[in-house]
Amino acid sequence: MRSLRLVGHQFRFDQKVFWRNPASVFFTAVFPLLFLLIFATFFKNADIHGLGVNGATYYVPAIVALAVISATMVKLAMNLSSEREGGMLKRVRGTPLPPWVFVAGRVGNSVVISVIMVALVSVIGALFYGVPIPTSTLPALLVTLLVGAFAFSCLGFALAAVIPSEDAAPAITNAIVFPLYFLSGIFVPEDEIPSGVLHIADLFPVRHLFAALFAVWDPATSGSGLELGDLAIVLLWGIAGLLVAVRLFRWEPRSRS
Amino acid sequence: MPEAVITIRGLRKAYGELEAIRGIDLTVEAGEVFAFLGPNGAGKTTTVEIMEGYRPRSSGEVRVLGADPSEADRSWREQVGLVLQESRLVGELTPREVLAQYAGYYSKPRDVDETIGLVGLEEKADTRTARLSGGQRRRLDVALALVGDPQLLFLDEPTTGFDPSARRQAWELIAGLRELGKTVFLTTHYMEEAQALADRVAIISRGRIVASGSPDKIGGRRTAMVEISFHLPEGASAGDLPSPIRADARIEGDQVRLAAEDPVPALRELTGWATARGSGLPGLEVRRPSLEDVYLDLVDEEVAE
Repeated sequence: MRSLRLVGHQFRFDQKVFWRNPASVFFTAVFPLLFLLIFATFFKNADIHGLGVNGATYYVPAIVALAVISATMVKLAMNLSSEREGGMLKRVRGTPLPPWVFVAGRVGNSVVISVIMVALVSVIGALFYGVPIPTSTLPALLVTLLVGAFAFSCLGFALAAVIPSEDAAPAITNAIVFPLYFLSGIFVPEDEIPSGVLHIADLFPVRHLFAALFAVWDPATSGSGLELGDLAIVLLWGIAGLLVAVRLFRWEPRSRS
Repeated sequence: MPEAVITIRGLRKAYGELEAIRGIDLTVEAGEVFAFLGPNGAGKTTTVEIMEGYRPRSSGEVRVLGADPSEADRSWREQVGLVLQESRLVGELTPREVLAQYAGYYSKPRDVDETIGLVGLEEKADTRTARLSGGQRRRLDVALALVGDPQLLFLDEPTTGFDPSARRQAWELIAGLRELGKTVFLTTHYMEEAQALADRVAIISRGRIVASGSPDKIGGRRTAMVEISFHLPEGASAGDLPSPIRADARIEGDQVRLAAEDPVPALRELTGWATARGSGLPGLEVRRPSLEDVYLDLVDEEVAE
């Protein structure tokens, strides 16, 4: 009971820290919305061959995927490695706060930001580009969102664990996500990407998160829209990330002594 | 007799081939301010981090508040406050907000406003920490260590990089902790700081304790010796000095140094000699070594070994 209250205490703190920091709000919340406005406006009426949807319907789930990954993996990898190098994690570790409560607060924070972002992207997509908000596939969206946010949060802790220094954090994180966004069809419509490249992207979780989200928004989806195959791969990546994090995550600075 | 707050016996810590800590024994009693003094790289932080439960040791016995810190649990953490050598703060939050957050981690925290008062941050309580000065941030570090109302406080180089006035203020704050009945373990590389604050001091050099005791007595015989120094007057050579002086002195060029427990006879001899020659004693100084000198000597000897 006390521990649950403590998770709430930690979560509220993380939320406060997030919304007060203009840089973090910009990169995590505003950036994906800018991408949405740019892509959905440029390619609004473009016909995405082979998928039978217009550009706007394509980019809403694509940017939802990007927003979830930004709020979880990217944000956690950058924040945690910088807080570790700054001795902030070490200080928290020296208090009675159980480590799992700290982790739960951070993951909760990322999941909540993800949910807010999905809502914003959906609403903007509906208001400005006429992309209907999912209704019959809403349960599938929630499941996809939770699996995705959990898996990419685990990957965020794993990435923070292997990032050696504060300076390296943005470079390493961006060098991982940006190529994957391009390869996975988040930025470039997938009918423009050679199939060999898509096969490579199929090895990584970004593409599968996008595929699961696309099914949620795809007007051709007739069933629940739940893409269990894609979600299974996302989840496997998450579990792999969790194992790496459990083994390698450190609370103390790595770059000094 | 109650158990000491900290007991260390035969502590060793090796990183691969390198032995950072080479057999340390020390005891800190309840309510004491204990200073752990040494140059950078002497093993201070390693020892403290072992006591704080951050690092495993290679061998030896360590008891802190009746427990082995390497098995530190939540209730042990409730009793121990830490001021780390370097730990940033979230710049967007105010001292009051950060303290309220940390207070929530403890089962019986100290009141947040009272803690702000203890470290004298009342006027900055609602200013974002990014806008605090170095000294004010350090006070917030101390406040964060105090908010859980711990019995034992570790302060790792609390004033490194401070200007003299910020250092004085920090000293007043640390001296005030004694009145709260806290046991304080302080590491520093300033002898002056140890002298101003500590009941007892241990000096560490190259992983060993080279001296320990109260700050007044730590120098022992060394501070009992007075050093006389002067330059040879013009036209005089070392051979001209009165023979008892010549026998004890260290002469380098025209610089003469002489150590004596009682400087009066040597001075009478010297002044008599100089007056007789009509020359005076240029640059004459008579000084008792400060603790700083003693400390530097001890550390140098260990390094030269």
